[in-house]
Amino acid sequence: MIARLSLRVLALGYLALLLVFPVSMIFVRTFGNGIGAVWEAVIQPDALHALWLTLFVAVIAVSANTVFGIACAMVLVRQNFRGKAVLNAILDLPLAVSPVVIGLALLLIYGLTSPVGAWLAEAGIRIVFSTPGIILATIFVSLPFVVREVMPVLREIGTEQEQAASTLGASSLQTFRLVTLPAIRSGVAYGIVLTMARAIGEFGAVSIISGKLSGRTETLTIYVESSFQRFDIVGCYTASLILALIAISTLLLTNLTKPKEEY
Amino acid sequence: MSATTNTERTGLPASGTARKREGGLLGRGVVVGYLSLMVLIPLAAVVWQSTQDGTGGFVRAITNPAAIAALKLTFLASLAVVVINAVTGTLIAWVLVRDQFRGKGAVNSIIDLPFALPTIVAGLTLLVLYGPKSPLGLNVAYTKASVVMALLFVTLPFVVRAVQPVLLELDTDMEEAATSLGASGLATFRRIILPNLLPAILSGAALAFARSVGEFGSVVLITGNQPFKTQVASVYIFGQVESGETANAAAVSVVLLVISLLVLFVLGLINRWGTRHDR
Repeated sequence: MIARLSLRVLALGYLALLLVFPVSMIFVRTFGNGIGAVWEAVIQPDALHALWLTLFVAVIAVSANTVFGIACAMVLVRQNFRGKAVLNAILDLPLAVSPVVIGLALLLIYGLTSPVGAWLAEAGIRIVFSTPGIILATIFVSLPFVVREVMPVLREIGTEQEQAASTLGASSLQTFRLVTLPAIRSGVAYGIVLTMARAIGEFGAVSIISGKLSGRTETLTIYVESSFQRFDIVGCYTASLILALIAISTLLLTNLTKPKEEY
Repeated sequence: MSATTNTERTGLPASGTARKREGGLLGRGVVVGYLSLMVLIPLAAVVWQSTQDGTGGFVRAITNPAAIAALKLTFLASLAVVVINAVTGTLIAWVLVRDQFRGKGAVNSIIDLPFALPTIVAGLTLLVLYGPKSPLGLNVAYTKASVVMALLFVTLPFVVRAVQPVLLELDTDMEEAATSLGASGLATFRRIILPNLLPAILSGAALAFARSVGEFGSVVLITGNQPFKTQVASVYIFGQVESGETANAAAVSVVLLVISLLVLFVLGLINRWGTRHDR
């Protein structure tokens, strides 16, 4: 009994010191300066722009990765072909590679010194230090989540219902829309929540590719850093608080959307 | 897998199969194209850039004293983090599965907070509590300990979430048998529970290691990024990019890429070993 109790105290104490106390300090510090100061920090044009840009980029990245994620999961679960294992392994790369390396990779491809970047610049398309670059970086880092959540669900549901639908004359598109999609929706929803959280929180890759132009290419996470560096403590804590609130809502949402059989 | 092949062979009329195969080919093409465009080509550009100054240039870039110091710190800090995580992660998972107390559900759901919280915010929160103005009077900012602390925060869920489901599945029969035969709590844990959990602990630890090696956002604010002292590899790469030394940045990136690939490979081996009885 004593052993059990001391283990509990040890585990909870570790969590409190590493996780709970630090995160709750953000709430304490933000409102330490009064609600008025917080509101003023929120309505700063640069802060509002950062918030808007973050949400815009996240929505595009989530849409792209949801469509791709479902397609990729279908291919990986329902098809057999040479190189499938390699494809499966490549999918884990975005989670294993440093965000800074991802930023550098995009800079090397789309920077003005590269042939691709120069060609795009001639066509009037700017990727580096502008929104498209931030979108590409965000898509990269949040790519695997939908695939990885949909794959086990697809494997679970099997192909009988789809076969029945196509025997009864449904086209592939109809079968997908009316049979497959409703069956995998819990996995898709959970994947979307994870992708969204990762997209909103991305920092390293965006730091490199965005050029951190204040009021133009600054996302909310970059805004946290830049306001910290110019000693705008209220602005920094307020932006952090918004991000922390998004993170906590994400956790609540994941608990709702998480496929039931897991815990 | 084999079920899919069988239905493809038998289930559908010939024309349907042909159409399906065409659709499958299209799907495969789209997936491979998207992955290449988004992931593979950019990463290949890093490898290509690192070879631009020849082998000599690559070796010079990664043997630069500041680069070596950053890589060494990254490697050692990640190793320390993995060891600590293996212990604390297993402990937390055990408490969450085997212990009963009020508020357990809430504790279980905050475990994932480090994954949901942006890394820059994670670093800031740690700086508030353990920085120069620490309300606890505990200041680790700008030391090597702050590197380890930031990495512990962001990697917290890996081992817990790997071990938890295995522990849930594990029957208590064996443990009860051991205890009734006179084994102490410690002996039961070491001889019965630990061997069953080991593949999960290792796989969580491998993921935590990969994450630690590349971590950037959580360390930039709290470590101060001093070269030779608290600068980790990702921050070194960032600095090289900022000062226009992309070849140096790419060379150190390739070292990190190789480590990532090795970890993914080891992870595959661990998973195979962990499921060896199921096959």
